[in-house]
Amino acid sequence: MEPSKVIQAMYTDDDVLMSAVKKVKAEKHHIEEIYTPFPVHGLDKAMGLAPTRIAITSFMYGCVGLIVAILMMKFIMIDDWPQDIGGKPSFSYMENMPAFVPIMFELTVFFAAHLMVITFYLRSKMWPFKKAENPDPRTTDDHFLMEIGVHGNEKELTRFLKETGAVEINLIDKAH
Amino acid sequence: MYTFSNRLKVFAIVLVVLGAIGVASGFMNSHKSLEDVKVILAEEASHHGPEHADATHEVVKGDSHEVTEDSLKAAEDSHEHADSANASADHNDDEHAEHVLHQIHNRQYAALYVAAFFFMMISLGVLAFYAVQYAAQAGWSPVIFRVMEAITYYLLPGALIVLGIALWAGPHLFVWMDPEVVAHDELIQNKASWLNKPWFIIRALIFIGGWSFYRWISRKYSIAQDTAEDNSNFKKGFRWSAGFLVFYIYTSSMMSWDWIMSVDPHWFSTLFGWYVFASMFVSGITVIALMIIYLKSRGYLEFVNDSHLHDLAKFMFGISIFWTYLWFSQFMLIWYSNIPEEVTYFVTRIEDYKLPFFGMVVMNFVFPLLILMNSDYKRIPWFVVMAGIVILCGHYIDVFNMIMPATVGDRWSIGIPEISSVMLFGGLFLLLVFYALTKAPLLAKGNPFTKESEQFHY
Repeated sequence: MEPSKVIQAMYTDDDVLMSAVKKVKAEKHHIEEIYTPFPVHGLDKAMGLAPTRIAITSFMYGCVGLIVAILMMKFIMIDDWPQDIGGKPSFSYMENMPAFVPIMFELTVFFAAHLMVITFYLRSKMWPFKKAENPDPRTTDDHFLMEIGVHGNEKELTRFLKETGAVEINLIDKAH
Repeated sequence: MYTFSNRLKVFAIVLVVLGAIGVASGFMNSHKSLEDVKVILAEEASHHGPEHADATHEVVKGDSHEVTEDSLKAAEDSHEHADSANASADHNDDEHAEHVLHQIHNRQYAALYVAAFFFMMISLGVLAFYAVQYAAQAGWSPVIFRVMEAITYYLLPGALIVLGIALWAGPHLFVWMDPEVVAHDELIQNKASWLNKPWFIIRALIFIGGWSFYRWISRKYSIAQDTAEDNSNFKKGFRWSAGFLVFYIYTSSMMSWDWIMSVDPHWFSTLFGWYVFASMFVSGITVIALMIIYLKSRGYLEFVNDSHLHDLAKFMFGISIFWTYLWFSQFMLIWYSNIPEEVTYFVTRIEDYKLPFFGMVVMNFVFPLLILMNSDYKRIPWFVVMAGIVILCGHYIDVFNMIMPATVGDRWSIGIPEISSVMLFGGLFLLLVFYALTKAPLLAKGNPFTKESEQFHY
């Protein structure tokens, strides 16, 4: 269940943030979310997030692209409209196959890349004209924001976060 | 400091001795008379059935540098040919037997040459990789520099051996070295200003000299940097590396024309140099990874962590795909345009070398692609070892496919001459590389990036 109150701690350096995350995890506080201006290497591991499955989807999309290319070239070049290109008037798929390999490669990459990006957007609940969830615009510039749920322990949590190197700490009431 | 364990030393020496015995016996057995060969051919003919005994057909298939003329001639007088085939059967029989005799003899030289080139190529690939790391000022790799330096120690002896075999074998490998052949071959005559023995030797010495000089000077600065106060040695090493890479780009390509492509003097491919480069690069990186895993299992290289292995495995994966890209680019263009003097190269390989030719694509592409695709597998040593062994075998076969069709035709096999040659040079490689490893501390501690490298994590 999401807590109604959260503490937002601001950091100005990714290394300080990383060590703060490790300390917060060691104290067994629950990190709701972290907003950073750029991807911080190893942050997901430090936060204890489950490993991403986007690589698996990428592999599957690539396989789909490969199959689409194979069937498409079979239909276009062999079944529907066979042509004599470069003296190869062959009606067999296998004998023309090397010429289709670049297309197989390109469609594999195309499917993997595009569908992976679309999956990422959907999974992150992002779509055009969506209002930004970002709590503080400075996190798109040079600040890092860590959001921690408060369960009646705001005083000690504030003190603890100050020690981890936070430059600013805000208590936000999320109750509507 | 590394101490060369006795077990490994004995193992390497045994390899060398057994390999040398095998190679020597191969050469002795290959001195056959024309009559012996006819007996062999008759036996084969009775095994394979009548269609295989067609001598004319065999000649055309067997010798790739004759294919063009033969097929042209065949096209001109195809009617005549069919009539005279029976009449000249006796004559062809003799000619064919002599041809096979040459191929049986060539096989010993070719087997030796393939193995010598393969181990030289590993060393040269590592030297290029090392120079890239230096020139790019890579932060992840300095902890494995000493392993790379040890592997490149083999380059000078290895390259001299390759050159020595090339000259000793002469026309057995390089038909353009035979004045008799050149006298009747207009295409080779036109290339004689490049393909002649003195110029071949001078070029080879320039290549070997340049590579060995860079190897010597970069090693010198690398050792000096260990105890230096400032980074001046590192900077000099950096400049030499950048310069060497320029030299290497040209010479590695020319070396592949000279030492490999000229076994088929009629045929040429403009991306052949890159293709051979990809092969040597991936084999070299694979050997670095295997050596690191071996040394770590013996308790050395405690500063090398699994992120370093992960990066090497990424390179193995990536360069394997790069190799496939070049292999396929070369194949597809030639297959598509189907020009007789070009396509004969692949016709021989697909007709007579089907298994090694396509098997190599499975070993060098499909297998590493599937095994090393998963990020986690790249840090599991036995996975990397498994992929590495297959990649190395695959690239041996790659070299095999480059040399054998032009020298032995369809008389190929992977038997005692080939395996003994691999043992001979593999043993020599192990001896020299691990000897070089004992010569310096295993950590290049003076390199300005060593601290970064030690803390490298993915």
